[in-house]
Amino acid sequence: MFSDRTIVGVTIAVVLIACATFFIPDWVRQIGLLSMAIGSVALGLLVLWRTGLISFGHALFYGFSAYGVALLNHLGVRDAFVLVVVSAAASGLLAWGLGFLVRRYRAIFFALLTMAFSMILYGVLAKTERFGSTDGLNVHPPTFLGYAPVDQAAQITLFLFGLLVIYGLMLGVQIYLRSVLGQMTTAVRENEIRVEYLGYSVEHVIHIKYVISGLLAGFGGAIMALAVGQVDPESMAYWTASGEFVFVAILAGTGNVAAPFIGAVAFEVIRHFAWEHGANLWQLIMGGTLLAIIMFIPDGIWSVLQRLARKKDGVR
Amino acid sequence: MTTILEVNGLEKRFGGVVAAQNIGVSVSAGETIGIIGANGAGKTTFVNMVTGHLAPSAGTIKFLGANIVGLPPRHITELGLCRSFQVPQVFLSESVFDNVLMAYGIAEESGFSMLRSLRNKERDARVRKHLANYQIAEHEETAASALSQGIRKLLDIAMATVRKPQLLMLDEPTSGISVEEKFDLMDVIMAALREEQTTVMFIEHDMEIVQRHVARVLAFSQGEIICDAPTAKAMVDPKVVEFVLGQEYHVGIRSDA
Repeated sequence: MFSDRTIVGVTIAVVLIACATFFIPDWVRQIGLLSMAIGSVALGLLVLWRTGLISFGHALFYGFSAYGVALLNHLGVRDAFVLVVVSAAASGLLAWGLGFLVRRYRAIFFALLTMAFSMILYGVLAKTERFGSTDGLNVHPPTFLGYAPVDQAAQITLFLFGLLVIYGLMLGVQIYLRSVLGQMTTAVRENEIRVEYLGYSVEHVIHIKYVISGLLAGFGGAIMALAVGQVDPESMAYWTASGEFVFVAILAGTGNVAAPFIGAVAFEVIRHFAWEHGANLWQLIMGGTLLAIIMFIPDGIWSVLQRLARKKDGVR
Repeated sequence: MTTILEVNGLEKRFGGVVAAQNIGVSVSAGETIGIIGANGAGKTTFVNMVTGHLAPSAGTIKFLGANIVGLPPRHITELGLCRSFQVPQVFLSESVFDNVLMAYGIAEESGFSMLRSLRNKERDARVRKHLANYQIAEHEETAASALSQGIRKLLDIAMATVRKPQLLMLDEPTSGISVEEKFDLMDVIMAALREEQTTVMFIEHDMEIVQRHVARVLAFSQGEIICDAPTAKAMVDPKVVEFVLGQEYHVGIRSDA
């Protein structure tokens, strides 16, 4: 495990970021928190994407989990660990149930079926009084194993908590991707018949991926609910949210488990500054960015970093 | 010798078209059997039914005593009945090594052990040895898409044999291969299989290859087995000559004799 460059690199990065947390302005920390949430969902998309599957409906698991946090919170659960783990697990369970159906579909049918499910959730959330309808629900600041920080300490603690969560997610996904099961990605994408004749069920492979992916999106939604202290159907379950996740996944590339988080930071930073230059302009800037990425670096930001690293190695 | 495969009354209809009917055959451990017949005679349909790719319309298939009709391919594979394809079914963007490594991973792990790392030293060594058996070790770094047809066929068969199957079915292992390469290719395959003592059935159009490697022949015509006999006998069987080999071939043999 210590020979894995990704794990070593991710560990070093997480430790450095954890140390830096105390010295960065609040707004940067907030961008970091949002990036962790969105990055987790994009990591979930990466797991599917490597098999050639795209989901336009990951807001389903994201929103489901975010609302899980809000509802548990209203029932009196305050601990961040319980809120996040239970809500994400609920999303994973939802993915397991739906997986029996979606695992039979590929390509555009897979993508749109996942989107259909997310729109159902949106409809339910927006129409249910108990869930706050279109206004949503607020989320009280969480406690951390009995520790109840306030103001800036609350944000710093939440940031460190989020960092711990995504560190666990990256390690878990990395180990999965190296495993026999995880390595079946390209195999399934390229030749399902051969996989069956090697003795494994393609549908089973896809189902497991879908559950892992739903679980990751669930973690993302839960972190987001805590980070913004509010859940609403428009930003958490509507299909445009799913679109943003796909955007981040394209921006990031699928080369590494850290890529989605780097992509998410880039996304949040672009969005942040695009907003400042005019509320009506930001979609234009986002669209232009997406266009540029697809045309010039179709394998995402990670491929650029990879190329730079290789160049450096070459000089040495 | 123990019977490992027993097929009875096997039939396949596509609407009104009969692709196979009345097929009965029993295979003993250690046999090498050639399946011959003109195009459309039902050879591949037969292999597809036995390996679970096509569901038969009627009949029974018993493998190692168990009824395998209706089982998905992966279960039949797990039981020890593996196959290769006329068009090699490999992972094109991956290297030869990674293709075979994947096959080993799936064959060796199951359930939660599927979460073990695909790569480890022991598995790498087994993959290398297997590649050497099929004489494709020198191509291990090459992507499957960049291989010549012959090497890709070897890769396909190598992937089908990582489980050390009890019975291996090869669908036209030499189709699409040049005449010069054909014989060497078949020698490599048969040598590797002999080492594992694998029972083999393969579809073949070249009678020289059939005569060289096979002790028993199943001749198909219009969806039926018209002859099931030792090779030498099958080659002079009047029905085989008429429906499979053609008169010219028959004359050729006589003039040699």
